Amino acid sequence: MTLDLTKTRADFPILHQQVNGQPLVYLDNGATSQKPRQVIDALVRYYEHDNSNVHRGLHALSMRATDAYEGARARVAKFINAADPAEVLFTRGTTESINLVARSWGHAHLKPGDVVLTTEFEHHSNLVPWQQAAKAAGATLKYVPLLGADGEGGLDMAALDRLLTPQVKLFAFTHISNTLGTINPVAELCRRARAVGAVTVIDAAQSIGHGPLDVQAIGCDFLAFSGHKMCGPTGIGVLYGRRALLDKLAPDETGGGMVVSVTYEGATWKPAPERFEAGTPNVAGAIGLGAACDYLDSVGRERIAAHDDALVRIAMEKLSALPGIRIIGPRKGAERSGLVSFAFENVHAHDIVTFADEDGVALRGGHHCNQPLMRKLGLTSTTRASFYLYNTEHEIDRLVTSLRRIQNFFAG
Amino acid sequence: MQDLTDLYQSVILDHNRRPRNRGKLPTANRVAHGDNPSCGDQCTVYLRLDGDRIGEISFEGSGCAISQASASLMTLNLKGKTVPEAEALYADVHRLVTTGKVDEDNLSDLAALAGVHQFPARIKCATLGWHAALNAAKGDPITATTETHKD
Repeated sequence: MTLDLTKTRADFPILHQQVNGQPLVYLDNGATSQKPRQVIDALVRYYEHDNSNVHRGLHALSMRATDAYEGARARVAKFINAADPAEVLFTRGTTESINLVARSWGHAHLKPGDVVLTTEFEHHSNLVPWQQAAKAAGATLKYVPLLGADGEGGLDMAALDRLLTPQVKLFAFTHISNTLGTINPVAELCRRARAVGAVTVIDAAQSIGHGPLDVQAIGCDFLAFSGHKMCGPTGIGVLYGRRALLDKLAPDETGGGMVVSVTYEGATWKPAPERFEAGTPNVAGAIGLGAACDYLDSVGRERIAAHDDALVRIAMEKLSALPGIRIIGPRKGAERSGLVSFAFENVHAHDIVTFADEDGVALRGGHHCNQPLMRKLGLTSTTRASFYLYNTEHEIDRLVTSLRRIQNFFAG
Repeated sequence: MQDLTDLYQSVILDHNRRPRNRGKLPTANRVAHGDNPSCGDQCTVYLRLDGDRIGEISFEGSGCAISQASASLMTLNLKGKTVPEAEALYADVHRLVTTGKVDEDNLSDLAALAGVHQFPARIKCATLGWHAALNAAKGDPITATTETHKD
């Protein structure tokens, strides 16, 4: 069940380079993943052989492009076990997906007195759209608290039960926290939300491609993710929506490709998914995303999940041994996804990232688009190392060596 | 490593470890806040303006070693200057951190910021406190930001 790391790393051309004279150690996968040759080849093949507009042309290239685009939709539907490919809407990414729900669903359903529920540890992309939607409707936005001084306790499930009242019309939460690494019990959260009739929206940006994901087993109404964090291209993402909800949802954007009939007086909409994909879509991006699904399944998503888990346990053990380190999120490797976010008392995250870069180690430093959470934890920034299928234990050692050098330099 | 020791000179490390004039200024008659939205760095600058002259200056905030050291050095260099003198000095500092050229005698210990120009992403760390200080000096009530778009 273990990954063949030599073979896997050989699939990613970008990994085989030196940065500042050192072999690259790429530990910024939470921000974006690298792309395997198989995905890059799919993009090149499309542009060299099939490039055309979709759903419009009757010529050979257009039909090929349309087949490939709709094939990618069916592939993604299978990847997340959607009941129907029409439940997969292509967007620019997680942010656009969530905004689409917040604007379209929010505009149609939210009223003064309603409550939108989210958590204290959402990425800004699953927070600001709900602030805006609640404001526009005169509804109230409430937050399920995070437990523990370092956010180690996860969601406060007792508080959730108190907060989940019949006034809650929508509950939006992350699958995996990009800052804490916390894995939320998404199926359980959906079950509790359903009991009060609330619609559920899951931000799956950090979980997609890191393990198996089944929207029917989770039981969510909407689920959003980006292609670029799962070995796919940038600029393509997905909003999964249950058919029954999509059929009743008005489009957010209008224009070509999403209409049945247009007169000078008005227009009528196609059903999902076309209703939500006005204009020429990102055809190449969708095809690249389909290729990424193929690639990840050829490696095996259970294997990837086990690999992430093994790496994060090693990283937690080795990083915990560094003097003065404060690690946020779940204490045990087993309870967290493949990322570790930490702070040193006397060295700011940006200084750490600059020094690590000098050693060829790519990290993320900052507030991770999570400013309210940082404030709650009494931090202004953390440094994050996030792992994926091509990372190795040796790379964690390189990280630790670099961090020791940084601590020594600033202790000077 | 040469570039990094240029960036993190001993003057910078010293001011990061022991920032000068850090904290609120009880006698301040001007205050301005600066934000670096992309990285979360913050800096509040307190001034006591005596007429056109900066009588006292202090800062509070959080950020990387470059931002903290630059703000600390700034307080030492702006105290006693008139507002136009402060603006002229900032023009020199800005040229220093963007080009690395030290062509002004009056930069003294600020020359330690010369290494910043090799790290374009860090220029805004070095200038955040200065933006806030000049806004405070000019009585500009808006929050200084190193980005053009801010909600």
